[in-house]
Amino acid sequence: MEQSIQPLENYIPIFLVLGFAAVFALAVIFSSKLFGPSRPNKVKLSPYESGKDPIGSIKERVSIKYYLVAMLFIIFDIEVIFVYPWGVQFKQLFGEFGIIAFLPMLWFLIVLELGFLYIYKKGGLKWD
Amino acid sequence: MGFLQFIWDGIWAVLSLGNFALIKILLIANIILITVSYLVYFERKISAWTQNRIGPNRVGWRGALQPFADVFKLLLKEDIVPEKANKPLHTLAPFIALFVAFSTYAVLPIGPAIQIGEETVNLVVADINMGILYVLALTSIGVYAITFAGYSSGSKYSLLGGIRSSAQMISYEVSMGFSIAGVVMMAESLSPIKIVESQSGLLWNALIQPIGFITFVVAAFAETNRLPFDLPEAEPELVGGFHTEYSSMKFAGFFLAEYANMIIASAMIITLYLGGWQIPYIETLNLGTTVTTILQISAFMVKMGALLFFFIWVRWSIPRFRYDQLMSLGWKVMFPLSLLNVVYVAVIIMLFNV
Repeated sequence: MEQSIQPLENYIPIFLVLGFAAVFALAVIFSSKLFGPSRPNKVKLSPYESGKDPIGSIKERVSIKYYLVAMLFIIFDIEVIFVYPWGVQFKQLFGEFGIIAFLPMLWFLIVLELGFLYIYKKGGLKWD
Repeated sequence: MGFLQFIWDGIWAVLSLGNFALIKILLIANIILITVSYLVYFERKISAWTQNRIGPNRVGWRGALQPFADVFKLLLKEDIVPEKANKPLHTLAPFIALFVAFSTYAVLPIGPAIQIGEETVNLVVADINMGILYVLALTSIGVYAITFAGYSSGSKYSLLGGIRSSAQMISYEVSMGFSIAGVVMMAESLSPIKIVESQSGLLWNALIQPIGFITFVVAAFAETNRLPFDLPEAEPELVGGFHTEYSSMKFAGFFLAEYANMIIASAMIITLYLGGWQIPYIETLNLGTTVTTILQISAFMVKMGALLFFFIWVRWSIPRFRYDQLMSLGWKVMFPLSLLNVVYVAVIIMLFNV
């Protein structure tokens, strides 16, 4: 199948949508400035703690697990982008080259899965 | 006369810009807003039926005006920005949430191309050939809204909710991406219109690749922060999660964005797996173009309604996951399954040459 290059005019609606969404979001957020009252006081502006004085602060350490998840996400989500171009062309490639079109991607996914199993074995996915 | 003609030409040029984009944007945005209001109403009604209660029944006929009463109440409330908050980020977070929720629908088709006079009008705001990437990109931006909201509020409940939520959303985004790869292989395109057209007859992707369908639906639930995956706002432990410190229309913004995301997630599920606006074998009935088109658009709406009901039904039937269960489900079950789905679809294509 021929993937023709689309004219740039097709992207005009995208920019209109983005502009509309931005204006709408600003309107919603600032509408309460217009209609709502503004009578701040010290108690009202303190962080929520079920009516008591707040205990502790937010400047505490975050579990290392979250950083690990972020790194795993970056590693594996980039691999998705490698699969898409192959996926779009796969039927055509299969018609031309037969099973040769599939084996490299299978190998790629196996290597990916091996890396995933290594993380699993090392306990990178454990939450306790 | 010449002057009026000139003005009319100007108006027409603006209206027909980008295949009548402005009209479609206003139309679809209004449909989403009305659907969101009544989605909230139906959620409350359905939850009431589930729990053997009555639900909202005071404002209007059987409480039908309740959503508007809620909006006006929130509109007239004070907008509190806590003392310890990072003020620019605190305002930016609901902005991003709304911005994402109200721009993602641009590439999702609600019906076939129709002929009005001489013009061919696509029933999609923007016909671009990388539509799926556009949706994925915007969904990823949506994570920032929740992270910023949690980080900037200056409250530990918000922070915990925000961090949990971003970890959850990025975990399920991986399996979501791999499940979509299976659909892309069947359709040979990243354009939602082509994806819908590739599912003619009964070649729905939900039937061809059930594993991918299940992983995608689960990921969609996690991405929209709906129960059973609503850990970020687990009330008993985290108060309101990332929106604990939001009030008035900023809170309404998050609320609106959450329900709009539900609508978009349903539209994505329909487009990718349930044949979009197509009705299997309707062309064999010879109903004429107009009737067929109307039926196809209604089919899209019916599928949408069914999925939204499914979302609400699941919410009021299944208890919340524990956080470690949630993360192991995402990484140890959904991720390998979605990888397997890619291989499975490739094998299906090679065996049957569909």
